[in-house]
Amino acid sequence: MTTVVDLRDVTRDNAALRRFLHGLPGVDQVGAEGRAGALATRSIKTTAKAWAIDTAISMVDLTTLEGADTPGKVRSLCAKAMRPDPTDASVPAVAAVCVYPDLVETAVHALRGSRVGVASVATAFPSGRASLETKLHDVRDAVAAGASEIDMVIDRGAFLAGRYLQVFEEIVATKAACGTAHLKVILETGELATLDNTRRASWLALLAGGDFIKTSTGKVAPAATPPVALVMLEAVRDYREVSGELRGVKLAGGIRASKEAVRYLVMVNEVAGDDWLDPRLFRFGASSLLNDLLLQRHKLATGSYDGPDYVTVD
Amino acid sequence: MPTDSKSGAAGKAGAGEARLRVRKTYKLYLGGAFPRSESGRSYPVSSARGTLLAHAAQASRKDVRDAVVAARKAFGGWSGATAYNRGQVLYRVAELLDGRREQFAAEVQAAEGGTARAAAAQVAAAIDRWVYYAGWADKYAQVAGGTNPVAGPYFNFSLPEPTGVVAIVAPQDSSLLGLVSVLAPALTTGNTTVVLAAQDRPLPAVSLTEVLATSDVPGGVVNLLTGFTAELAPWLASHRDVNAIDLTGVPPAERAALEIAAADNVKRVYVPRSVDWSTDPGLSRLDAFVETKTVWHPIGV
Repeated sequence: MTTVVDLRDVTRDNAALRRFLHGLPGVDQVGAEGRAGALATRSIKTTAKAWAIDTAISMVDLTTLEGADTPGKVRSLCAKAMRPDPTDASVPAVAAVCVYPDLVETAVHALRGSRVGVASVATAFPSGRASLETKLHDVRDAVAAGASEIDMVIDRGAFLAGRYLQVFEEIVATKAACGTAHLKVILETGELATLDNTRRASWLALLAGGDFIKTSTGKVAPAATPPVALVMLEAVRDYREVSGELRGVKLAGGIRASKEAVRYLVMVNEVAGDDWLDPRLFRFGASSLLNDLLLQRHKLATGSYDGPDYVTVD
Repeated sequence: MPTDSKSGAAGKAGAGEARLRVRKTYKLYLGGAFPRSESGRSYPVSSARGTLLAHAAQASRKDVRDAVVAARKAFGGWSGATAYNRGQVLYRVAELLDGRREQFAAEVQAAEGGTARAAAAQVAAAIDRWVYYAGWADKYAQVAGGTNPVAGPYFNFSLPEPTGVVAIVAPQDSSLLGLVSVLAPALTTGNTTVVLAAQDRPLPAVSLTEVLATSDVPGGVVNLLTGFTAELAPWLASHRDVNAIDLTGVPPAERAALEIAAADNVKRVYVPRSVDWSTDPGLSRLDAFVETKTVWHPIGV
């Protein structure tokens, strides 16, 4: 980003916003895939791997977003969030648990006294197809129940139709409804089709005040992919350059293996910088990833391969 | 593409020029696919007379791990299939083997030496052994299971159930009959397997996986690794997601260390008493990897 722009000016009206977003440098898809692929070839072993695994555990937003979720399931998820491996107190707690709004209260109660946050998806997650009034009500419900973080979805239909200002204003209104809670803006990159759109949506969310930009709901394939993560990490890096503010990135959906998680940490370090190797600025939205991280941790500790019989599965 | 009429190229058989030999690539068999070793390694395999036959993939511990994951994933489907269906699927393997008798006889002879007649006999015996175990699939429960009129208002049913993921170190001497004799019974009772092929004679085993891949055996039910037994067996023995290990192909002196490693997650360890592959195998290998579940059924008041 070489041109200095007045960021307040570009959100004056839809035309100005459109000019700004379409004026962003285009993403070379082949180059992005090549760069992401090259970063995935680093060999992370022994002590570095142990550090990466523990760091990744501390960045997990342990998630359950099923229609069949019950208070009991959320309570057991919270127990796991606070103490991922009951046999090993040296395993760090995860960053947060992520649940639907009506289960926030259960999670807050189960996590009281710990430092694990409670994130809630809101705004008619995962489709976002509801009136703004309904979406904001959804957010206020979750915040009132004690959520410390809100994961909203943008209106992909409006974004793809070019109504950028509408998307922008919805994010602003949602941010206002969050009060002190952090706002993560889900772009659902799997529905945005191109990396150019991913870059534009990232900037749009950052301009509107999103504390985090998040790849996906996890309900749409493809979810988090390395090229998408690369573009979003570049966006927060460039945004810091023009505004001085540090904003976070959350990858969600389809990340199940420790190897993938470690590769993403390499990417965070190489693209955004080591300021982002921190749960306050980088998260994995995941459910089964945590177990794989624990199994890998055990493998490093004991030297023998572990199996899913030795971790908790719901 | 214009062809030069003077050159005997482009598939003109018998043009007087010797055909270039098509060298076969021998790969691993993991989860129904044929990957090369993750490590990129391979090792030379020689015939009984010491000439180079081919290079086989030299599996690493990562390949072992991937194989166990594949076997675990396949376990639900294979153990959940009806015994009758498993029998049919295994019988089909014998059918396909029968159609490739000459190929296997040639590979066995190259690997083990001996006469063509002996190799053909071994292949025939291996096919018969598949048929034998396929036939047992839906009859084994009647023999190994049982009903038990206990003293009390109950009636017991004892049922054999598969142990789970079975690691098999295939016999080093008998490259096909020995392999079939240890692999088929584990499959018959519903286990999924990770097999280490005979280190110096892996080629018939790799060809067997090509038969398995084209049969109805689901991917991941059999996973075959070629490589060094001493390098790979300890990883299988200590792997906590492996439920049983068959040490047939491990030299007696090296078994104790593997048994100790296997004790960590209380694996079943099978060490055979006799290894004459030509004799009637009986039921001992079917009994090796089953767990008996007993159900107490209440009866009338």
